[in-house]
Amino acid sequence: MNYQPSIWAIIIFFSFVAFVLLISRYFAKRSQSTKGFYTAGGSIPWVVNGIAFAGDYLSAASFLGICGMIAFYGFDGFLYSIGYLAGWMVALFVVAEPLKRMGKYTFADALDSKFKSKGIKIAAGISTLIVSVFYLIPQMVGAGSLVTPLLGWPHWLGVILVGAVVIIIVATAGMASTTYVQFLKGALLIIFSFILVFLVLNKGLITDEYDTLEVDSAAADGISLVDTNYTVENEWTVGDHLFAAVRSADGDRTVWAYNADKGILEETLSITNKSDGSVLYNGAPEEEGKFHQVGNLTDIRGVPNTETGAVGPFEFLGIIKESTVVRWDKAIVMDDGDKITVYYQRPTSGKEVLQPGLKFPLDTTKNKLNFISLMLALFFGTAALPHILIRYYTVKNPAAARKSTIVAIVGIGFFYILTLFLGFGSMVGGALDLTNSNMSAPLLANNFSVAIFAIISAIAFATVLGTVSGLLVASSGAVVHDLVGSGKKKMSEKMEVGIGKIAAIGVGGIAIVLGILFKNLNVSYLVGWAFAVAASANLPAIIMVLFWKKTSAKGVIASIIVGLVSAMIIILLSQSTYNDVYHLVDVTAPMPIDNPAIISVPLSFLTLIVVSLMTKKKEDEAKALKNGASAKA
Amino acid sequence: MQHENVPEDRKDCAAGIKAKLGLWMFLVYTLVYAGFIAVTVFAPDVMGTDIGNINMAIFYGLFLIVFAIILAFIYNFICARCEKKMNVEDETEGAE
Repeated sequence: MNYQPSIWAIIIFFSFVAFVLLISRYFAKRSQSTKGFYTAGGSIPWVVNGIAFAGDYLSAASFLGICGMIAFYGFDGFLYSIGYLAGWMVALFVVAEPLKRMGKYTFADALDSKFKSKGIKIAAGISTLIVSVFYLIPQMVGAGSLVTPLLGWPHWLGVILVGAVVIIIVATAGMASTTYVQFLKGALLIIFSFILVFLVLNKGLITDEYDTLEVDSAAADGISLVDTNYTVENEWTVGDHLFAAVRSADGDRTVWAYNADKGILEETLSITNKSDGSVLYNGAPEEEGKFHQVGNLTDIRGVPNTETGAVGPFEFLGIIKESTVVRWDKAIVMDDGDKITVYYQRPTSGKEVLQPGLKFPLDTTKNKLNFISLMLALFFGTAALPHILIRYYTVKNPAAARKSTIVAIVGIGFFYILTLFLGFGSMVGGALDLTNSNMSAPLLANNFSVAIFAIISAIAFATVLGTVSGLLVASSGAVVHDLVGSGKKKMSEKMEVGIGKIAAIGVGGIAIVLGILFKNLNVSYLVGWAFAVAASANLPAIIMVLFWKKTSAKGVIASIIVGLVSAMIIILLSQSTYNDVYHLVDVTAPMPIDNPAIISVPLSFLTLIVVSLMTKKKEDEAKALKNGASAKA
Repeated sequence: MQHENVPEDRKDCAAGIKAKLGLWMFLVYTLVYAGFIAVTVFAPDVMGTDIGNINMAIFYGLFLIVFAIILAFIYNFICARCEKKMNVEDETEGAE
């Protein structure tokens, strides 16, 4: 889609970014020491840390990804909200306090507190880096998606902008600055999302219709139209659907879908990739803006051309349930060497939209396993995300860690309830860009006013900035404390912070490149992968170290490696990666499922148990021997 | 913004009971969450059942979010009471 930037949007956006950089500069003086840089000296009040948790967690995946997925697939997008929040129960009940008690800078400290094993530190450090990179990709994709409509810049420039700003934030100020950026942004995101939901409900629901052309006859020799100003030039059949290229009297050539029941051609949206490399949007260059936003109801409780006025939240959902929503499907046709992607209307009953099954159909055993696996990853992934876990070290004690988790749960839970209305509001309120499912919530704001759009986009951009900052601090901590720090040579604090900053710049650079490469994927879908890798590699080790006395160091190392490798192999060899990342459309992938958690999490637990049982005795004997030798010495 | 300067590392006598309570509450929530997944996978039609203006899918989903918040408050309330009681007792015993 072609987006026109507004001066208001640009002013508000850059003011926000400048403010974030000022905060960063202000807190730079607190980050001279290692403790200051990585944990803000353990001095953050628990309320601030709780909202910052929400800021960390309500990343691009939540605001852009979930809202977009609900807008495109209805209830199935809300499954992410449910799963993401449920994951906090694991964090609160199982992980928060013990982890704070046992750790210092990174979750590897907690894992290693009993064993003093370099192997654990290295394995946990590598796992942190890989999970962080998986989580960074969707944040960068989201940043690029936001900058395009806001500033009119290309996607790649948005990714580079966010990368550069975040590297400045992290390299100058570390965790204190990251925390206050997250606090500010988490609070603003929740407040403005609430305002947006209020506007959606206040406006109520309105029906809308797209253009049609009346068909005179649809015989075997082709379609002819009643209006002689239009001529059918070409026809294609894809499955049950018949599409026609129609030339109008003023020369425009557009694609239409034949509706046999009504005897009409229905408007579609199309993107033509011409053989000479040029691209047309609805038959015209992108800057003519003919590829417009969509998303509407065709009737409200069976009545066309009507509107409801202001509605309550449950009434809003109830009306959608009893109305007809226009969703859009995609087909690809070839037209004399040109590839045309046609987005055609698919009226769907509201009842169907409010039920599971549109994104994750549960018709086969494989699909059921995929669904269970996704829900498992979301549940167990949260308490294993490195940038979430390091936040437990920024407060003073375990009770503060618990309380800040509860503040986070309240804020995040409230926000996730709002996603339901933001998503469905976009779906029926003309806020869908069919080429980018991540843009629904900002476009919904744009439907009300450019100022709200600019504020929401600036907050969403800060969302990305904050989350990426947190991830870079976590990655940097893993490099300094777990990888480099596990060596024999003791480093000075200045050196530690210096290496950490270089690591942050390096990981940030990798994230920029990957963010540009993964441009077209839904960010929540990508985050699902990060959760699966974290749940597989980190959580079994964390839980077993905390609650199983027979856990051995080798068991922990083996569990992390097996969880990490198995999860990554399944993701990289899954059908969705083959189709969406490698673009191998007609190739069957070797892995039967897309989400690895249902295999990799149990495998990681099992590995830890088996290896621990095999090695615990030996490790205990070696430890006793060492202790005896030290006592004698 | 006021900051507390030094991280506290005092012994927490309530740690054991809080860990046990956490595991039980985790189990309760996990069962309710697993119920949601099981109904979705094995009885998807149930999710379409009307409950007032909404349906079972939306109701169960919202319930999981609200239930999480309620459980979190209950957990904190009990933990805070345990900390207050057990850590004070410990300090008193220590003083004696």
